[in-house]
Amino acid sequence: MTRERAADLRGVAVLAAVVLLLACVPLFAEKFYVQFFAKILIMGILAMSLDLLLGYTGLVSFGHAAFYGTAGYALALLTPEYQAANFWTSFPLAIAASAVAALAIGFFVVRMQGIYFIMVTLAFAQMLFFLFYDTKIAGGNDGIYIDVRPVARIGEWQPFNLDNFAHVYYLVLLLFVATYLLLRVVLASPFGRVLAGIKANEHRMRSLGYATFRYKLACFVLAGALAGVAGYLAAVQFGVVNPEMMGWHLSGAVMMMVILGGMGTLRGPILGAAVWMLLELWFQDLTKHWHLLMGGFIVLTSILLPDGLLGLIAGLARRVRRRDG
Amino acid sequence: MDFNTFLIQLLNGVQYGLLLFLVSSGLTLVFGIMGIINVAHGSFYMIGAYLAWSLAAQIGSFWLALPVAIVLSVAIGLALEWLVVRWLYQRDHLYQVLCTYGLILVFEELRSVLWGDDVRSLPVPDLLNRSIPLTDTLSYPVYRLGISVVCIAVAAGLYYVIQKTRLGMTIRAGASNRDMVQSLGINIGLVYRIVFAAGIALAAFAGMIAAPVSAVAPGMGNQVLIICFVVVVIGGLGSVKGAFVASLLIGLVDTFGKVLQFQVAGVKLLPELSSMTVYVLMAVVLLWRPEGLFGKKL
Repeated sequence: MTRERAADLRGVAVLAAVVLLLACVPLFAEKFYVQFFAKILIMGILAMSLDLLLGYTGLVSFGHAAFYGTAGYALALLTPEYQAANFWTSFPLAIAASAVAALAIGFFVVRMQGIYFIMVTLAFAQMLFFLFYDTKIAGGNDGIYIDVRPVARIGEWQPFNLDNFAHVYYLVLLLFVATYLLLRVVLASPFGRVLAGIKANEHRMRSLGYATFRYKLACFVLAGALAGVAGYLAAVQFGVVNPEMMGWHLSGAVMMMVILGGMGTLRGPILGAAVWMLLELWFQDLTKHWHLLMGGFIVLTSILLPDGLLGLIAGLARRVRRRDG
Repeated sequence: MDFNTFLIQLLNGVQYGLLLFLVSSGLTLVFGIMGIINVAHGSFYMIGAYLAWSLAAQIGSFWLALPVAIVLSVAIGLALEWLVVRWLYQRDHLYQVLCTYGLILVFEELRSVLWGDDVRSLPVPDLLNRSIPLTDTLSYPVYRLGISVVCIAVAAGLYYVIQKTRLGMTIRAGASNRDMVQSLGINIGLVYRIVFAAGIALAAFAGMIAAPVSAVAPGMGNQVLIICFVVVVIGGLGSVKGAFVASLLIGLVDTFGKVLQFQVAGVKLLPELSSMTVYVLMAVVLLWRPEGLFGKKL
């Protein structure tokens, strides 16, 4: 067996073990913690999708929450008053809404470089934010409630019931794993190699004959659609959407999760999302002014820990190995 | 729209644009010279407004509060550069954005601790609290004219310092080649610190003079920041001239966007959507000139 095969198998085993452990959560935990775990997984999906842009393609998007919010609002608008939406139609439509928004915004922003990209993604995301904040399309700045959760019926058979928090959790877990595997496949594919090439040296990729604009746009749309998956799930779980879902505070927080865990990996954003959510829970418990602690934590992390927790662990491991060997 | 209404809207648009210039010139200077993208720039607009409000209440005079607030904001700028920003010079923009985003949370929360979460208002100082009558029913407040005059004076001063003085020459040299300037025996770290503090003071000053005509409210800095990003993107990153032109453009487009949409449609045709006009303008400019009106080629 080659070394790579062994590493692959180990990876699959670790993944299976983690999923198995996560699947056990609703068997033991109370509703609050099940929903908290679901939120971590939802943020994990969102952070992974941002890392596709940030860590793998080198596109620093500061407006990623816009696509998360778009899918949430799509569900809210597809839900008739006092009735349930159909899961099998509303889910793909909501993802499609996020993808279309990402396509429209991406068309403009993907031609930008570096700092311009950061500012323009933020500006367009704020434009969407104000669209929902200022107008009465969907409840203005108060947001809108989804009174009845979507129903997933096929004929007479109902595979899962989204009014049950455990069922929501398992749906989230399923889509979390699906997102992870999809990104693994995409990143290992020729498409993913081109993205890595763009990150390393876009000029060279272009002179090799790759239409980098199209690749970057496709990447932006994929990331937006996956953010939509997270947004839809969040809307289902909490039964409410508001403009904050698109706001730059969330965009900044997700960026933080990616960096905190370690960008350019898929495990990093997941770890980052979990640590971030736990910190938030802890700080909120500690003081009313928990934003102060969060802000200070972000400042220190970005200065002291540029490679994130995974980078820190790898560095420590290297040091231990050097001492031993 | 008759002539007087047009004149009032024109003056409003110019005044708003000039105010935007004060904030965005700091943003574009700090980027152009130091290569730092400071997302927390808008926070200083807010801090300036709150400083003016709280000092004016304590001292009892807006005119005395102003210099004290300016000195305080320069001090904050110097301290911040020394504490945080100087670690970010060699870093990727990603970390600069993240770190200064953290600063926004810190400043916003400190504001909440120090001054509370209520919307405050600062009375227009007596000296300028009058208006120029245009017709029997229409008049224009002198204070707003005063804002425009002060902003133009600051813009002229900025031009003079950067283009005509020795300090300005050093700053421009530092922008094009940091290492070369340093090896010529100039303390570039000090120059950076001065530029950063000046940029912050400009934003804070804009907040101070805007305080009497706009609500002093939580989150006021964030809205300004986003618009300043639009200004800087349209004008071209690092170009003070671009920031000036783009600020006026945005000021006028935003002001007339609100009025015209209201009037052309006759009925209210989603007046809320007028906040979109500036973003549409940005999108058009980006398609036409991705580097902005006065930016260097990408």
